Parts: sequence; structure tokens; C-alpha cells
Amino acid sequence: MAQLFQSSIGRKVAMALSAFFLMVFLLQHFTINSLSVISPDTFNEVSHFMGTNPLVQFVLQPVLIFGVIFHFLMGFVLDIQNRRANGKSYVKYNGAANSKWVSRNMLFSGLVILGFMALHFVDFWFPEVNTKFIQGDWSGRIEGVEGYRYYEELHHRFVNPYRVGAYAIAFVFLALHLNHGFTSAFQSVGSTWGRKKVIQTISVIYAYLIPAGFIGIALFHHLTH
Amino acid sequence: MRLTLKIWRQENAQSKGVMTTYPIDNISPDMSFLEMMDVLNKELIEKGDSPVAFDHDCREGICGMCSMFINGEAHGPDRNVTTCQLHMRKFKDGDTIHIEPFRAKAFPVIRDLLVDRSAFDRIQHAGGFISVNTSGNTQDANSIPISKYDADTAMDAATCIGCGACVATCKNSSAMLFVGAKVSQFALLPQGQVEAADRVQNMVDQMDLEGFGNCTNTGACEVECPKGISLDNIARMNRELLKSKVL
Repeated sequence: MAQLFQSSIGRKVAMALSAFFLMVFLLQHFTINSLSVISPDTFNEVSHFMGTNPLVQFVLQPVLIFGVIFHFLMGFVLDIQNRRANGKSYVKYNGAANSKWVSRNMLFSGLVILGFMALHFVDFWFPEVNTKFIQGDWSGRIEGVEGYRYYEELHHRFVNPYRVGAYAIAFVFLALHLNHGFTSAFQSVGSTWGRKKVIQTISVIYAYLIPAGFIGIALFHHLTH
Repeated sequence: MRLTLKIWRQENAQSKGVMTTYPIDNISPDMSFLEMMDVLNKELIEKGDSPVAFDHDCREGICGMCSMFINGEAHGPDRNVTTCQLHMRKFKDGDTIHIEPFRAKAFPVIRDLLVDRSAFDRIQHAGGFISVNTSGNTQDANSIPISKYDADTAMDAATCIGCGACVATCKNSSAMLFVGAKVSQFALLPQGQVEAADRVQNMVDQMDLEGFGNCTNTGACEVECPKGISLDNIARMNRELLKSKVL
């Protein structure tokens, strides 16, 4: 098994498996965030459950962190290997004649997403880690807010229009990244499903609907503040 | 037709190459691209210059020898043809045409447009065959039942001529379409299934050893392949490797 991941195909399989895992996580994240638009109380309840449940916090969260780091590191490793495999660049290269821009620039869209994640961590994850793991406050409550604090924190975060703009741009690149990554992952694990119409349709729906939904949620909180 | 050719000239593997401009006139639209190159070379020889070195053999689109990167695409702008089957009518009078060698670390330039594609041969030697007892008692292949679908799919994979356009066009210089086709043509047939696990492992190991890049599924290889080899062959190779390592 260890030998498998030493081969070029094995590394691609590992990349695809981490991509499938992250796509499932993204769907779950989107579903919970959508609740903030539909019902603030339900959003608070679910957020508190996710934020305090030991299984989520001490098992799933480390697995997620590993998945994210692994996906990015493997992306860089594969890209370095691919650049090494290239000889001298062509004087004239017409990539648009045979492939989509997004499929040729997954590293670029990935780097934009990485930049977004840094912002997202500063906005939400680091304060959450500080509250729970440094200050030891697992109550989910703050002064001046009736009930749990999660909805209020999310709502306040999107007051700044520049932050909303940055999130929107990042989600456009996420959509592009997913558009190629969704079907590509099937191919990498040896399935031709990614080339079937039904999977391609699901891929387009997933790749554009979820990022559009995230943009919509950010706009909702900005406009209703 | 009057054309301006910008051609990569490189004395040998060690020297630094450069794009050189050659105006050329009186080119018939009915000429093949290689015939146009022959006309240029005749003019260069008559002038006392060295002719442009390029690979060619059958000039019928089946040997896989011609290997030019024309206007940013392997085998030029036409689809499902090799350079020898590309005709000048695909270009317009007055066009400037860029002609470069296939580029990849694993395909070093020998001279001008000639590249060393022996890495493909070594991949084939690593497993692109079946071991058959040729003592005279070999079973007639026609007596082995096989579905029409598998026979057709294997035949489609076997049409790969190993020209290297997939590598040349891939932004990662990946050889996975070539190796996928070679793995598939045997994996689909009963005669090839006996050694399927060793074959895919050995061929993929050799592919990695030669320094080809990783496939990122852009699909450019399938589009530029003169034989229309399907990306499904890469998926099948991935599947075969997973099966051989995990099961």
C-alpha cells in the first residue's frame, strides 16, 4: 500500500481522495451556514453542537485540518514535479485550443483559495480556538447577546463591504477550482464517471451553486445588518 | 501561398537553440506540411545552409515518427491527424507559422525538430507485451471468446502510434495517455490479463523513472492525439494499478 503512494498515480489517487473528503466537508459547511439565513436559532443550536461536541472537535476537526494541509501540500508537490518534467517552454503554446483555462490553472485557483482560508481563519477559526482552547470558555455565550453568540458573530463579520468583496472573489475561484476538480477526482481514482453527462451536470451544479450560495449568505448578512 | 516560417534551430542536444525566420513562397495548399518542409530544405541546401532536421517515415499517419509542435499545438491545428497528414490548406496565405520540437524533459532535443522519444520504447519494454509460448501449440486467438465491446475498446487503445503528442501537449509533460493506451490494449483481452498486475506496475514505474509528469486531467492529450485515444484509458490504467496494489 505504501508503494502505491510512491507512484505518480498513487499520489494522484491520494489527491483525489482528499478532494472528495473536502467536497463533502464543504457541502456540510454550506448546509450549516445556510441555516443562518433561514433560522438564526437553529443556526446557533447546530453551531454550538458542532463547536462543543467532542467527536467533532477532537476527532473530525483534526482529520479536517489534516485533509486541508494534505491537499495543499500534495498540490504543491505535484506541481513541482510537473514543472520538473517540463523541458524548455514553448515559444508558442496554444493551451486554449485543447483545454479549459481552469484545468490548466488549478494551482493558481488553489492559491487564491489558500489566501482566502488565511482570512477565514483570522475571521472565525482563530477567535474560536482562542475562546475555547485558550480562555476555556465552552459556553457559547457572550455578554449582551441573548442565547448563543454564533449568529451575532457571523452577522457582524460581514458589515465590512471589503470583506464581503474578498469573500466573493475567493468563492468565484473556488467555483472554478471545483468545476475541474470534481470530475477530475473521479478520473484519478480510476472511474470514468467524471466523463458521464450526469456526473458532469452534478459537478457544474455543485461547483457553482455552493460558492454562489456562500456569496449569497455573505451578502445577506451584509445587507441585513 | 506565401508564408513566414519561424523554426526552432538547434545544432545538437547541448547547444542553445533559437527561433529562426524563413520566408517561403510558391507553396501549394495541397501540399502536406512535410512536403512544405521538403521545399524549404531544398531551398536551404541550394543556398548552402543546413537543412532543418525533422523526423518522418511512412508519411501515411501510422508510424508516429513526425513530431512537430505547430502554432502552439502538437501536429498543428487540425484534429486526428499527424503532421504528415496536415495539409497547407489549413493555413492562410501570408500566415506566420511557428514550428518547434516536442518539448519535455524526457524527450530531449537531438537537433532542430528531432527529439529522442526512446523513453516510450523503454516503457514498452518494461511491460507492453504478453508472454506467449511460441512452440507451435499456441491457441488461436479467434477461438477465445471475447465481447465485441472489449475487442473494439482494446483495438481503439491499440491504435496509439506512440508519437508523443500527448506528452508534448500536456502542460505537465505527462505520458499517461500513452501508457494508459498500452496498458488498456492488453488489460481488456484474455491473453493480457494473466500478466496485468505486473505489466501496469512495471510500466508505471518506468514512466515515473523516465521523468514524465503527473496527469492533471486537462484533457489536452485526448484532443491533440492524432488517433483520438480516449482519456478512459488513463482511468483504466489508474484502476489497474489500484487493483494490482490494493487487491
